[in-house]
Amino acid sequence: MSKRLLIVVVEPDSARAQPIAEGLREAGDHDVRIIAEQSGLARQVADLRPDVVLIDIANPSRDVLEELALASGPSERPVAMFVDRSDEGMTRAAIEAGISAYVVDGLRPERIKPILDAAIARFHIFQQMRAELAATRAALEERKIIDRAKAVLMKARGIDEEAAYALLRKTAMDGGKRVGDIAQQLVMAAGLLGR
Amino acid sequence: MTVLRLGYVPLIDAAPLIVAQELGFAAEEGLTLDLIRLGAWAQARDMLGAGLIDAAHMLVPMPVAQALGLGPALPPMDLVMVLSQGGQAVAVNRDLEHRLRAAGHGFAFDDARAAGTALRAVVAGRLRVGVPFHFSTQAELMRHWLTACGFAPADLDLITVPPPLMADAMARGDVDAFCVGEPWASFAVERGLAALLLPGTAIWAAPPEKGLVLLRDVADRQPAETGALMRAVWRAGRWLDDPDHRGTAAEILSRGACLDLPPELAERGLTGRMAISARGELREAPRFITFNAGAASFPWKSLAALFARGMAGRHGLDPDAAMDRAAPHFRTDLYRRHLRPAGTPLPGASMRVEGALAEDRSVAAERGGMTLRADGFFDGFTFDPAAPASGD
Repeated sequence: MSKRLLIVVVEPDSARAQPIAEGLREAGDHDVRIIAEQSGLARQVADLRPDVVLIDIANPSRDVLEELALASGPSERPVAMFVDRSDEGMTRAAIEAGISAYVVDGLRPERIKPILDAAIARFHIFQQMRAELAATRAALEERKIIDRAKAVLMKARGIDEEAAYALLRKTAMDGGKRVGDIAQQLVMAAGLLGR
Repeated sequence: MTVLRLGYVPLIDAAPLIVAQELGFAAEEGLTLDLIRLGAWAQARDMLGAGLIDAAHMLVPMPVAQALGLGPALPPMDLVMVLSQGGQAVAVNRDLEHRLRAAGHGFAFDDARAAGTALRAVVAGRLRVGVPFHFSTQAELMRHWLTACGFAPADLDLITVPPPLMADAMARGDVDAFCVGEPWASFAVERGLAALLLPGTAIWAAPPEKGLVLLRDVADRQPAETGALMRAVWRAGRWLDDPDHRGTAAEILSRGACLDLPPELAERGLTGRMAISARGELREAPRFITFNAGAASFPWKSLAALFARGMAGRHGLDPDAAMDRAAPHFRTDLYRRHLRPAGTPLPGASMRVEGALAEDRSVAAERGGMTLRADGFFDGFTFDPAAPASGD
């Protein structure tokens, strides 16, 4: 029986960190700790001597962990850079999910994989939520712009709303552009002309 | 229009990429640049490695470290052009500022020897210096300058702090001094936490800071896109080096999607008029940041060799082998091939003695002549890539 692994999740947002930690505990009998405080991160990680560190790929504190992985000598290295050189697929899957993982030297790939799979699954859910939120926001913005463009056309050409939208759509189709882009240009031009 | 995804970290030296898109230099080449703001240098490297972005704004030493196997196992990455020289500032905390003033230091902004000697005299024990990344021009500058001014390597702690967090690190007392790209040094001055001691250019007149990095496979297999991107970025750099354009550039960069700071802060570095202390003392640094002039964007293979030799020494690698491995990752061949059609002046050689030009010099170019910028170090250091490393 191999010893329990100590996994550290670096994540300031506890609403994100908790489900990730739960997912990792479900994946195996691991000791999972969360570090939320970014100050003194290098020292906190060095003191814990974890086997695995998981952190959002965009977290600026990653660069601090990189230093930790490189600065100390190979013998006393508290965390090694993950990127098990034998498994590019796993590295890529993690990067695509928005995770970077640092794993202590010598940890066997078959022990790393279930941990990473669990982390990737949880990270995917967050990425999806974030993308959906951004898409909803963009759609709202676009609807507002199209409404304004329709108003500009209705006033300038004395046409009704349906005719205004038809004109926008035809212009977009003819130019191989999106209706939202045409509306944006029209609203900007109207602004410049003071209308 | 071909869409290329570009990753950048919010700093004034991301300007060539942002200007290329915003002012239409990319569109002229048939490109739309999808600019993706990144939070960490390691993120730029990893996303590029996984093919999630097509090109990255990256610290010049990073592709060298990758070439030497000092990073994760990712496909080979090449630097196709330098995006900026300079742009860094060295700052000390208020306590060191007071001690320096008490010792009679005048905060002249152009004398690295005087500043370093004064600092050595007022620091009793170790000096903790924040730098943005383990493999960064800032780290190289700090090591070179401080050891030349009497600090033993053992007296220096270079600590990685992400640029936007540099001011916070100083506020918490995690670092005594730092070297970081603008606007993040001015940001710390503005918050009353730091005083600026020197621009990076006072230590090394032309320190290469950021580069445009692509996967080798992409750079070689997609010459049309790679060339179009390089020409758009080169023209953006030329536009940026017109002093009349720097104010506009500050406005463009400061918007919410990029720096999200008042334009006044970005303008300091871009115009070279720096407020160095909480009292608002001003200093002029005429060549604080350069994007294009004097062959600034040429990816000299000797720069790759210079950084590689330093890394080899610190990470127990053979220096000659390291230099040989790094140099092919600086793509002078692609620079010549893709920028020749844009009329870019091209130097005759691809290697040179670094630090040899005390003043600007006119030299023969492939066609006609060109000016190379002064690139001297404050202490007269030079680096000859052809000399065997065992000689020093």
